[in-house]
Amino acid sequence: MMNAITDAADLSLMYLARYREAADRWMKETPPVLHRNRETAIREFLRQGIPSKKNENYKYSPLQPYFSWEYDFQHSRNHVDFQLNEVFQCDIPQLDTVLMLVMNGWFHSLNSERYELPPGVIAGSLEEIAAAHPGLVEPWYGSLAEPAEDPLVALNSAFARDGFFIYVPRGVRVEKPIQVINLQEAEHDTFVTQRNLVIVDPGAEVNLIICDHTLNANRYMVNDVTEIFVGKNARVDVCSVQNQHNRAASVHSVFFRQERDSRITSHAVTLHGGMVRNNLKALLNGENCEANLYGMAFIDRKQHVDNSLQVIHAFPNCQSNQHYKNVLDDESSGAFSGRIHVLRDAQKTNAYQRNNSLLLTDKALMQTKPQLIIEADDVKCSHGATVGQIDEDALFYLRSRGIEESRARLMLMNAFSYEVVQQIAADPLRDRISELVDKRLRGDVARCHECAYRCDC
Amino acid sequence: MLSIKNLCVSIEGKEILTGINLEVRPGEVHAIMGPNGSGKSTLANVLAGREGYEITSGEITFEGEDLFELSPEERARKGIFLSFQYPVEIPGVPMVTFLKTSVNEHRKFKGEKPLTAGEFLKLMREKKQMVEMDTELTNRSVNEGFSGGEKKKNEIFQMALLEPRLSILDETDSGLDIDALKIVANGVNALKSPGRSTIVITHYQRLLDYIIPDHVHVLYKGKIVKSAGRELALELEEKGYEWIKQENGN
Ligand SMILES: Nc1ncnc2c1ncn2[C@@H]1O[C@H](COP(=O)(O)OP(=O)(O)OP(=O)(O)O)[C@@H](O)[C@H]1O
Ligand SMILES: [Mg+2]
Repeated sequence: MMNAITDAADLSLMYLARYREAADRWMKETPPVLHRNRETAIREFLRQGIPSKKNENYKYSPLQPYFSWEYDFQHSRNHVDFQLNEVFQCDIPQLDTVLMLVMNGWFHSLNSERYELPPGVIAGSLEEIAAAHPGLVEPWYGSLAEPAEDPLVALNSAFARDGFFIYVPRGVRVEKPIQVINLQEAEHDTFVTQRNLVIVDPGAEVNLIICDHTLNANRYMVNDVTEIFVGKNARVDVCSVQNQHNRAASVHSVFFRQERDSRITSHAVTLHGGMVRNNLKALLNGENCEANLYGMAFIDRKQHVDNSLQVIHAFPNCQSNQHYKNVLDDESSGAFSGRIHVLRDAQKTNAYQRNNSLLLTDKALMQTKPQLIIEADDVKCSHGATVGQIDEDALFYLRSRGIEESRARLMLMNAFSYEVVQQIAADPLRDRISELVDKRLRGDVARCHECAYRCDC
Repeated sequence: MLSIKNLCVSIEGKEILTGINLEVRPGEVHAIMGPNGSGKSTLANVLAGREGYEITSGEITFEGEDLFELSPEERARKGIFLSFQYPVEIPGVPMVTFLKTSVNEHRKFKGEKPLTAGEFLKLMREKKQMVEMDTELTNRSVNEGFSGGEKKKNEIFQMALLEPRLSILDETDSGLDIDALKIVANGVNALKSPGRSTIVITHYQRLLDYIIPDHVHVLYKGKIVKSAGRELALELEEKGYEWIKQENGN
């Protein structure tokens, strides 16, 4: 079961074989829109290969080791016979959300109840909605996630079957956050492909909370892609809480396209995970857009987290902020690469980027790579990265007031992340995240819920 | 209460304190004066337990206990309080969280129940009045954006909350306006009792008009070279340190 396959070429060929074995069936079973690009995508995957250190975009996070395990692929939907409420209880009482479940990449409509959503909002399984309303999916699907640009996106596009789909019609404000729980639970080590699509029409507003969890100790490799289209003057908030065990590796690729006067806020909160790579690309495709991209990661042992961002300013008068903070303990490692690309016409752009890391040991490692490409002349851009240790003067100050050293350290770590936590707009969510962060820093496993499974391994 | 014997301290191989002897008895106020760089803050930091100093010889006992055996937090809970010469700003740690944690750690040590949020706020209000501390300041992070004088006031505010047995005030008067100086002095005097002692490190005689010292010491090149009553402070104010330096062969 744990045969490590080492040769890189053989490795991608193994994925090709997996593709071939399912492709005929997909031809019959999946809606055409999901199928139309598979062949191009798998060719793109083979051309680029599984990223090694030599791949500039993945040089801090070579993925070959994670691909070399023998995984199961769930090529079809498994029946789920548990009640979500039994394994999952959201202990955020004030946080009243519309709950959705995705398991091993497959959307499950829980007892097919109707979600408490405003009229016109469509939410559910991507595969089902692509079959029932192809017109809703076809214009968007695959138009942001370009297989030629990233081998993981290519692999996802080749294997994509299901994931969540959300459509919010013009002017509709979805009051309750939509909370998507992505669970990994399979009998064997499993490779999970998930494909999500979110379309927010002009003037609409929606708030997404996405929680990633592993429910048992098997090895998981997750490769998901989410395309989010933000219409004119629309607002989209996405908060992703990543809490997976040490044997899980995840590559999340999120793509935003914003039309004029729109605003997005994204938070990536990595609490736990063996290897987490977050790709985020935001295209500011109209005037007067705002993109706020925040992240924080708290990792220890041999965990690895890598945030890779691209912000593309294509129109004038837009603003983007990137602020990522990491707390790295033990022998963990982190990476941050942020590219700001200001195109020629994007005058009066304000683009900021900050990455601050706190290393708690000598063995923790942080690598950062900012990249500014500026083709317009009237822009304000700045970037800054710091890597530091706990401030000894502050620590002594707290201790000199009778505060136990471990507690004082905790206060300072919380203080470090506070600046980013504070940016979460919704009160109950912010409090909840802040509590999770505190728990995480205390060394308790911060499960986002009273999960019946203990997945700290 | 506090007994320092032949204390020698160096930093990175450089000798800073070269044999300090000092006895502080309960209820006493000691003033330590001395030129810049003579080692006053070093002594204060060593008493509070700051790391990075090499104790090359000597001993310190506090209420009979070997101070070097105690961590900074244990010293604090046993009643040693240092009012810092340069209080540090700690963005992201709210004042209220900090103060409440500190007060409750002290209570826990004494076997008392932690204060509830309500009780704590009441205590805080009372002490705030005493040192005329602005509420706006306690709504911020620890010392964040505080002016020089506000930082010093905040130190005395913490002292008032913690009611230490031995307060070490490291130049708490510098940077204070005349009114604030009186408030700080009142804060110190309000705490005065037969069981509590104070070490006042200062460059100016003025503070000593309000906080009357029993003993005045001059620290020079890491040693106490002169000790006398409060008249010594007046003499120093008048004559400066030149004569001290000469007496000690410079
Ligand atoms: N961390 C350090 N590294 C090197 N030298 C130090 C360090 N801390 C203090 N010193 C030196 O030790 C000596 C004593 O410093 P200290 O701060 O104790 O003086 P002080 O008497 O408090 O002076 P002031 O009146 O200016 O506050 C000075 O020469 C100072 O430069
Ligand atoms: Mg000093």
